[in-house]
This record gives sequence, structure tokens and C-alpha cells, in this order.
Amino acid sequence: MIEFLFEYESLRVIWWILLGVLLIGFAATDGFDMGVGALLPFVAKTDAERRVAINTIGPVWEGNQVWFILGGGAIFAAWPALYAVSFSGFYLAMFLVLLALIMRPVGFKYRSKRPDPAWRTRWDWALFVGGAVPALIFGVAVGNTLQGVPFHFTPDLRPVYEGSLFGLLNPLALYCGLVSLAMLVTHGAAWLTFKAEGSVAERARAVGTRSAIITAVLFAGGGVLVWLGLLGGYRVTSPIVWDGPSNPLVKTVVADSGAWLANFHAHPLLWIVPALGVAAPLLAAAGFQARLEGWTFLASKLGVAMIIATVGLAMFPILLPSSSNPGHSLAVFDASSSRTTLRNMLVATVIFMPLILTYTAWVYRVLWGKVGEKSIEKAGSSAY
Amino acid sequence: MADVLLVDLSRLQFALTALYHFLFVPLTLGLSILIAMMETVYVMTRRTIWRDMTKFWGVLFGINFALGVATGITMEFQFGMNWAYYSHYVGDVFGAPLAIEGLMAFFLEATFVGLFFFGWDRLSPRAHMIVTWLMALGTNFSALWILIANGWMQNPVGSAFNPDTMRMEVTDFMAVIFNPVAQAKFVHTVSAGYVCASTFVLGVSAWYLLRGRHVQLAKRSFVIASAFGLASALSVIVLGDESGYALTDNQKMKLAAIEAMWETEPAPASFTAFGIPSQNDHETHFAIRIPWVMGIIGTRSFDKQIAGIDELVAHAQARIRNGVVAYDALERIKADRNDTAARAVFDASSKDLGYALLLKRYLPDPRQASEQQIKDAAWSTVPYVPLLFFGFRLMVACGFVLAALFAVSLWHTSRESEAPRWLFRAALLAMPLPWIAAEVGWFVAEFGRQPWIIDGVLPTFLATSELGVTDLLLTIAGFTLVYGVLAVIEVRLMLAAIRKGPEVAQVIDDLRAGADPALQPAE
Repeated sequence: MIEFLFEYESLRVIWWILLGVLLIGFAATDGFDMGVGALLPFVAKTDAERRVAINTIGPVWEGNQVWFILGGGAIFAAWPALYAVSFSGFYLAMFLVLLALIMRPVGFKYRSKRPDPAWRTRWDWALFVGGAVPALIFGVAVGNTLQGVPFHFTPDLRPVYEGSLFGLLNPLALYCGLVSLAMLVTHGAAWLTFKAEGSVAERARAVGTRSAIITAVLFAGGGVLVWLGLLGGYRVTSPIVWDGPSNPLVKTVVADSGAWLANFHAHPLLWIVPALGVAAPLLAAAGFQARLEGWTFLASKLGVAMIIATVGLAMFPILLPSSSNPGHSLAVFDASSSRTTLRNMLVATVIFMPLILTYTAWVYRVLWGKVGEKSIEKAGSSAY
Repeated sequence: MADVLLVDLSRLQFALTALYHFLFVPLTLGLSILIAMMETVYVMTRRTIWRDMTKFWGVLFGINFALGVATGITMEFQFGMNWAYYSHYVGDVFGAPLAIEGLMAFFLEATFVGLFFFGWDRLSPRAHMIVTWLMALGTNFSALWILIANGWMQNPVGSAFNPDTMRMEVTDFMAVIFNPVAQAKFVHTVSAGYVCASTFVLGVSAWYLLRGRHVQLAKRSFVIASAFGLASALSVIVLGDESGYALTDNQKMKLAAIEAMWETEPAPASFTAFGIPSQNDHETHFAIRIPWVMGIIGTRSFDKQIAGIDELVAHAQARIRNGVVAYDALERIKADRNDTAARAVFDASSKDLGYALLLKRYLPDPRQASEQQIKDAAWSTVPYVPLLFFGFRLMVACGFVLAALFAVSLWHTSRESEAPRWLFRAALLAMPLPWIAAEVGWFVAEFGRQPWIIDGVLPTFLATSELGVTDLLLTIAGFTLVYGVLAVIEVRLMLAAIRKGPEVAQVIDDLRAGADPALQPAE
């Protein structure tokens, strides 16, 4: 059994699954931090309300953000070609994400250091940008990934990106950005109703109900776009060598507008995943209305996971298609690290991931309970 | 052939963002340990002054930590953004320590830092102390894995070039982890972080003692900082020497450049205490040499020679010629994957492939290189000597001054009488020194690695992404602007928190209670 796991083909599929787990882990945890940031100006009007919203995520957002950092590190280690092509290709978009994310640590830490209202309002906007901009751009990146990105490799495997920032901001990609934004806003609202008291939770409930329905509608609309063949589709036409060397120049791929549905047609059981991607946000909308805060948050989490999983399942085994040279697309079987590195990384993950989940759960338990103006008052200077 | 301007701008951006990030990292490394020690004293003695100390230095730690995290995000993503060919070429080896850093260290640090600030009322003193130690452990583990990655750039052990995937791949991960350069760098760097935090605590405490404020807190902080600082400074100096010693195996050229040693001397070589090295004349003018010292430091022997620059250049020339053989074999393998003869030639010569790539600075195909181009490429392996020579001496001078300061401080705190005021003033004046030493130390280590991004494997000028110069100019301007504004805000908040002193927490509580109506609970 263990030997089977350490075969090159199994390792590649395991690391494809772990890539999904990391992205879902990031969206399901730091996603609600970004949602709260994006909601901050709308659900919290006074300074006291803003502090309630901020302090619901104050102690945990930093640990949540590590999913993002670890995602970057794990893509670098397990899928180096994907790391190289996507980050240099989405260059200015990544730069915007970085600038937005840089605002968050300082925003949380520095905002309450001074009572000056102008100072605090400026940091509120910084936190809004730090939440809304990455939530939008990550979706835009997924939209471009589905459509294919113009890049090729030189014979030395040097990646060359042929597009521009404005090419990335095409209408279909922006549509995917809206799906992502609506999804994370819902997730942030679900967290706020679960964790905050008073008017903040009430406004979050109202916004969350609407954004949850919007998420379901937009995601289903995305499915229609794929079905109409507007959101790309690529198919590997040469025989796949699952344990071959990681060299993306030796296969053939064609653009085929139906290809993103092929996996679902071949394995109809997989339809459960996109179906839950629509149903879970609707359940969350019902949960908001029924004031089942814990269940709403879980439903929102499930929706996030299923929407991301749908994209991965649609594209498998392709990771990043090239629109200009489809044969150079990155796939699970030709863009990974060596077998040794995938194996070492798997061992490290098996050792550390249970530890991480255990102490993270403990920290959430210690911090259990609602955050309101009274509890912030009581915490004094240790609150943000 | 690479675009020279693009390469220079990519390097400038990396240097700016790394040097900026490294303003915050050393203080985080050391201050996390210092506050964990203070809290341990509190838990053992239950004297509240130690809890107040933990909270006060914790506030300063938090202000610094926020920017360390913010600028660290940039570092994790910059390799893929600006160094795409590097990421493809070495991701198999270099990516793993970065990912393990996230798994083992950064999760620990970031998860518990929240509880450190928010957990005072929710945890027992003992449990809170454990949280603080876990946070400190996380920051220090973080340094370990980053330096394992960096150590591999200086001494690329445990890996080989795979012609089928056109990149370096791991052959022995244990060798990468236990790389002697990485281990020496880790000890040197975390010790430097401890020195940095000790100097910070010593300086701020000295400022309070000069003004007669918060004397109880400042006195205790002064003692703990001078003791921890002295131990750490000695560790930096002794184990700094250790990383110089490791250099003789792996990076002889960096050592020769730091010492401006143009010719190999008969063993044991002399140490050049001062001089004016000239890159053009291949000579060090006005040199003051101390006989034997370099040979003993560098080789731990009286009879082993240290190679001079001229000798190392001749050696590089031979490796370039062998590298061209490897390059030719690789091109044949690319044309026909089943060419076993070419694979045999490649296996025998592949360790010099990187040296052939140096020729790509002058022409696209290294096989066509002229004698003069081979000679030029060999000389291109010499980093710019004067900057390394003076940079290294500046770093060492800072280290010795700080060690002396800690020694004098500790001696005075152990006596009955009050420490003299000049000592407090000296402690205040010394505050910039560890930052100067750390930044210069980064420069010596990384600029001294040039022209390589991975020593002997990949030249820096080949490693960039295929970006436009405008992209780089835009991002450099953006980072400079945002980082500049954040630096001003950070220093102001830090100074304000120090000026308010340990009752800063109290001041904020008071403000909330009455001074600011906007903060009143809406009842």
C-alpha cells in the first residue's frame, strides 16, 4: 500500500489533490478574513462596530493567511513550472494582490494604535482593499486559467508569457472574479453572523443572504458559459505517460470547447460536486434567514470547497493551458517536481498537517464565543 | 543573451525588498526569545513586573512583526514573478525548504502570535507562556528553513542536472538539509538576530534610565539584554568565523574576494587588516597585513594554502572548457533523447555545465566561444572586490563594538553601584549598529555569490523572467512608495510606544474609557 503511494503517478495525483486542498484551505479560512475586509465599510458604520468586525478575525487571520503562503511554497516545490509560468505571467495582477495583502498585517496592527478618526478611516479602507482586491483577482486568475493563457517555452524550458495585464482583464475572466468575490463576501458574512454581536451581525445577515443567492446564480451561470464553449476547454490528444519526466514539450493538446465537461460526462457521479457548488450557497442563504449561524458558516464553507473543486475536476489533468501553444500547456503528468521531491514533501505534509490542524483547532476553541462591544471593552488594549 | 537592464532591475528589486524585509526579521527573531524568557521569569516568580515587561516589549514586538509578515509575503512570491527561469531550474530543490518552512514554522508562529496578544485573559499564565515559546520557536524554525534554501544557493549539494527535464533535481535531500553552509548560516543569522534584539532592549532601557523613567522595568530589561546580548555576540563572532571556514570548501572565491587576496600565498596566509583593493590592477594598495592570521582562520591549520583570486580564475577557465563539453552533449541529447553516447559524456562533465552558461553573456552558443571570451567569462567569476572587502570589515567592526558594549554593561550591572551615564549614552548610540551589520552581512553573502545565483550551477543573468523593463520599473516604484510610507508609519508608532512607555497599555485603556467619545460603548 505504502509503495503504491510512492509511485510517481500516484504522487502526482496526490499532489494535485493536495494543491486543491491548499487552495480550499486558503479560501475556506483566509477567505472569510478577506470577506470581512470587503464587507467592513458596509456592515460596520461606527468605529465601535468596525472594531467588532475587525476583532472577530483579529486573533486568527494571521494563521489563516499562512494557507496562502504555504500554497505559494507548495506550488513552488511540487509544481515549479506552474509557479514559474503563472506568477511571471500574471505579473502585474500578482503585484496588485501583493500590495493589497501587505495592507492587512499593518492595517490590523496599526489601526487601533491611535484614536484619531481620520487615521482609523484610512486603515479601514486599507483593510477593505486588502480583502476585496485579492478576492476579485484570484477569481480573474481562475477565469484566465480556464480560457488558457498565452505562453510558450523555449527549448531550454524558459517560460515566455505573450499577453498583457489588460488581456487578463477580459470580460469572461472578470465574470469569474465576481463569482469569487460573491463567494468570499458570503463566507465573510457567514463568519460575522456566527462570531459578531448586534448590528454588525444583523447587517451581515442581510448582505450575506443576497450575496449567497448571487454566488449560486453566478456559479451556475459560469456552468452555462462552459457549456456554451465560451470559457475554454483543452484536451490532451497524445498518449499520457503518467510516470514520464516532467517536460511539457513532448505532448500534444488541442483547444476543444467541450473539453471542460468531458470528465463529468465520463464519470457522472462527479456532477455531485458542481451541484453542491450551487446548492450549498442556497442552503447558506436559507441558513442566514433561519438564524442557524453555525450551519450557515458550514454551508458557506462547503460551497467554497465545491466551487473550487469543480474547476479542478473540469480541467484535470491540465493545470494551466496555453492558448497560443496548446502543446506547451502544463499538466499533472508533466509539470511536477521529481519523484523524490514529491515523496519528501508528502512525508513532511503527513507529519505536520495533523499537528497544524490540531493546534489551530485548539486556538479557535480558546477564542470561542461572540465578539461584541462589551467584550472588546473588557479585553482593553489587547484588542485591535 | 539576456537583457542587461532587465537583469539589473530584477536584482535591484530583489535587493530592495530583501534588505527591507531584513530590517524587521532580526528583531523578530531575538525579541520573541527575549519576551519568552521574561514571561518565564514571571511564571516562575509570579512577580507582576515581569508580566508588565513581557507585555511592554510585546507591544513593540507586534509593531515590528506586522511589517515583517507584510514584507515576507513579497519574498515568497517574488521568485516566481521576477525569477521564472530560476524557479523552473531549481524549484525541485529550492522550493521544498520554502514549503516546509510554511508547514513547520510559519503556521506555528502565525497561529500563536494571535493568541499571544489576545490570550492574556483566556489562558492560565503557564499556558500563555507556552504559547509565547511556541511563537518564538516558530520564528526561529522559520529562519532555519529559509537558510537551508539560501545555503543551497551558496553550496548546491545533494542535487544534479536532469537532461530530460532541463533542471536541477534533488538526489539527496538529507545533504540539502545538513548542508554545512546552511547550518553555519543558521547559527550565525539567528545569533545576529539575538544581538539585534538585545541591542534594541538595551538601548530603549538606557533611554529610560537616563531620564529616570520606569526604572524598575528598565533596570531588569537592561540586565537581561546585556547577558543575552553578550552570549549572542560571542556566538556571532565565533560562528561567523565558522561560516568563513566553510567557505574554503565551497566558496573559495568569496573568501578570496572578501580578503582581497589576489595571489595564493605560501601557508599560512596573512590577514589584510586594511588596504585599498583595486579591481583593475588585481592588487591591494596600502595593505596592512598581519602574518599567519588568515591561514589559521581560513583553514584551521598552518600548512594548508588558501587559494588566491588569480589561481581560482585559472581553475574557472578549466571548468568552462569542460562545461562546454557538457553543453555540447546536452544539445545532442535534446536532438535525440536516446543518444546514449551523448548521455555518457554529459554524466561525466555535467557538474561544470553552469560554467559553460557563463559564456551566454557574450554569445548565444557557448560552443562557438573564442579564447578571449572564455578568458573573460573566467574573470567574470570574480565579484567586485572592494565592496566585499570593506563591507565585511564594517560588519565585523559592528560585531566587536557590540560585544564590547554588552561585556561592559554586564560587568556594571553585576556591581553594587549605579552604572555610569556614559554607558547608557553608548547603548543608545549603538542602536543602529546591529541593523548596519545585518544589512551589510546580507550584502556580503549575496553580492559575494555573484555572478552566480546558484553557485557554479546557474548564472544570475540567465535566471530572470521574460518581463518588460516597464513592468519592473512599475513594480519597483510601487514597492518603494508603499514600503517607504509604511517605514515612516512604523518608526513613528514605535517611537510613540516607547515614549509612552510600559503604561502604553494603560494609556490606551484610559483613552477608551473616557478621552475619546467615539470609543464609548453605544448604550
